Amino acid sequence: MNDVLITGIGLVSSLAEGAAAHRSLVAEPGGVAPMVDAERFAPYPIHPLVAIALARQIPKNSDQRQMEGWQRLGVYAAGLALDDAGVKGDPSLLAATHLIVAAGSGERDTAVDCKVLEAMSQETNTGLLAKEALPSALRPTLFLAQLSNLLAGNISIVHHVTASSRTFIGEEMAGFAAIENAHRRIASGQIDLCLVGGALNAERQDLLLGFELGRNLWRGGFVAIAGRAAHGGGFIPGSMGAFLVLESRQHAEARGARTYARLSDVATDRSRRAPGDVTRTLGGLYQRIRERNSASPGVAAILSGASGVSPVTEEECRFIEALAGEEHAVAMTYGDLIGHGVEAHFPAGVALAALAVGSGHSGSAGALATGAGHWRGEAVALVEAIN
Amino acid sequence: MSRSLLDKNGRRVVAITGLGVVTSLGVGARDNWAALTEGRSGVRTIERFPTEGLKTRFAGTIASPSGAPYSAADLATEIAALSAKEAISQAGIGGQGRFPGPLIVATPPSELEWPDLHRLYRDARAQTAATGYERLLAAARTGAYADLARHVRFASIADRLQGELGTAGAPMSICTACASGATTIQLGAEAIRRGETDAALCLGTDATVHPEGLVRFSLLSALSTDNDRPEKASRPFSLDRNGFVIAEGAGAVVLEAYDAARARGAEILGIVRGCGEKADDYHRTRSKPDGTAIIGAIRRALEDAGVEPDGIDYVNAHGTSTPENDRMEYVSMRAVFGERISNVPISSNKSMVGHTLIAAGSVEAVFSLLTIRSGTLPPTINYDLPDPEIPLDVVANVKRDARVGTVLSNSFGFGGQNVCLVLAAEPA
Repeated sequence: MNDVLITGIGLVSSLAEGAAAHRSLVAEPGGVAPMVDAERFAPYPIHPLVAIALARQIPKNSDQRQMEGWQRLGVYAAGLALDDAGVKGDPSLLAATHLIVAAGSGERDTAVDCKVLEAMSQETNTGLLAKEALPSALRPTLFLAQLSNLLAGNISIVHHVTASSRTFIGEEMAGFAAIENAHRRIASGQIDLCLVGGALNAERQDLLLGFELGRNLWRGGFVAIAGRAAHGGGFIPGSMGAFLVLESRQHAEARGARTYARLSDVATDRSRRAPGDVTRTLGGLYQRIRERNSASPGVAAILSGASGVSPVTEEECRFIEALAGEEHAVAMTYGDLIGHGVEAHFPAGVALAALAVGSGHSGSAGALATGAGHWRGEAVALVEAIN
Repeated sequence: MSRSLLDKNGRRVVAITGLGVVTSLGVGARDNWAALTEGRSGVRTIERFPTEGLKTRFAGTIASPSGAPYSAADLATEIAALSAKEAISQAGIGGQGRFPGPLIVATPPSELEWPDLHRLYRDARAQTAATGYERLLAAARTGAYADLARHVRFASIADRLQGELGTAGAPMSICTACASGATTIQLGAEAIRRGETDAALCLGTDATVHPEGLVRFSLLSALSTDNDRPEKASRPFSLDRNGFVIAEGAGAVVLEAYDAARARGAEILGIVRGCGEKADDYHRTRSKPDGTAIIGAIRRALEDAGVEPDGIDYVNAHGTSTPENDRMEYVSMRAVFGERISNVPISSNKSMVGHTLIAAGSVEAVFSLLTIRSGTLPPTINYDLPDPEIPLDVVANVKRDARVGTVLSNSFGFGGQNVCLVLAAEPA
């Protein structure tokens, strides 16, 4: 098996931009207060994106115009990761970079939707109106903003990442599958270099509507994730873009790449979510990773991807508390800082784990990133210092 | 330790032991193959909803086999389950409600459908003075519409299928636009080659013939508008082709490690010899004019398969019937195969079933396997006016008998997605 190294991190969130700025967040948990906007979409709080200068990663206005928010954010974060890895702008490396994206729904034009709904509510002939109103109101670029794989498409166009392109969908499970697939392809020697991650634009009513249908959103003021269960639970969406450049050790060393950490293993599953399933499944995944990495010196930091949705988060916390006790590890729920990034959440957790390991915070031991999807999917990743 | 049959690259050989398909031509491989080889079209004038005012008023729709009222999410799930069960039953693998490998599903966009949006908007009028999304959100907060969450959760189709079929581990849901079906087969084959599993259930499904679905593609000028003769509208490689025909369908294949399949006495229907992909960085909906990305995908598939261009007996084309696609597909194949391409038989199943979008790669893989099995090349119907700039050996209008050992199946999608598969007969 080839070692899978993390050689680039592109992170942008409600608190910071860039790997270095996010390293201080994990180095001093509790040292920073989350950025929360509870007014704009009340009763739903969100973590809004920091101000970013889009043109730094998406220089052409025409490209920016062809995208909606989640795509611009993802393309931006992807560019940060490529920059960080020293891959950006190198045609031969980019042509050999495989792209793996975790994506959800694109964005709808909510103004158009409202116009159509209002027109439909005034008339009895609903079918006809939808058809008359839609064609005049929809724009082709908006259709393209709705397609899940068009984040990947835009990354290929703007950054020229072209070896291959695969988009996983399915909420948090998309992020789990993306990271796992990247790891397996590099570990098996199938590929040497890939860009993997996702993006969430939390500042959208259509996104909130989707998650509120499942009654998965937190309402009111900010409450830390572990404290939400008593009030019904729920997640606070956080705008974020999280991409990693992963590389085989041989490839990274041959080009003299700077390295953060090793992505030692990833394990995923999908429990049926009977009571206790999440605790049991995460425990099983961790066990599997321990068995496959018997020489591993253990875990000093746990980056919990808990969302706050009940009872999933209580079950995830039970696993993490037990593990932290066993391993004498420091646990941190990173969603308390940057919100919940759904598809992008696990890639962000793996990136933060790499930063925790790389900072020496954890000594020689590794860091674990965990994920329990707000309605489905469980995952654990082990990130370790490079020996 | 292992006595596995290995390919030229030293990897485990991937067999196909089960096929399932549902299209506008029917439910099941037998009915589909009969219609396809007879040159029947499944494209019809849309009766699902009123179409006046729409530029395109026909499609390859599927009526819910269970008679359920139309919903894109539910119909996509229903036909996916039907095709999966057909494939699993043919493979004779697993037990009741248990499949010994992962589920890899290509699913259409998950989104609220207009009748539901309208219902939320109407119902909440009594409770709130708000308009627009605030009113929709107020409706959602009541909790009365929780059943609609299945429409907006992208993992929902995979989750429902896994619940029914009992596949192992975390299911994967993927979207590489109109290459999605082919991507599922690629992911499954790779997992088997890497030794992670002995079996995988790979399928694609799409049932998005609704007003907004039509409007979207109309806005991109991608659809044929031959409303007066729907069954003649899909004319791949014809001079007068003028767009694709949107359609619904599902296709499923059971992939297995060849040795595992042999060991349990399964019938080998064919082999996934190779997969290739290359992303395009030119344009969101158009291929690079020199075809380099498509050329790259074809070359990589051949290379992965260990097959020279001369070794391809037949091409199952992407062949959407848009002016752009069919020309680029020809130009790219010409670059790889040289002049010989004009003598390799080729057909586009889309001339009969329309373009099943997300499911197309799955449906066409099933038809490619049936082509190999039967020695019958399905026709490209409506091929009355060949495009002189696309000199291909199109299997014109009527089926043709031919010995086919190796098929190239092409799938190209918006967003620069290009995936090619090389499917072959069981090694002698």
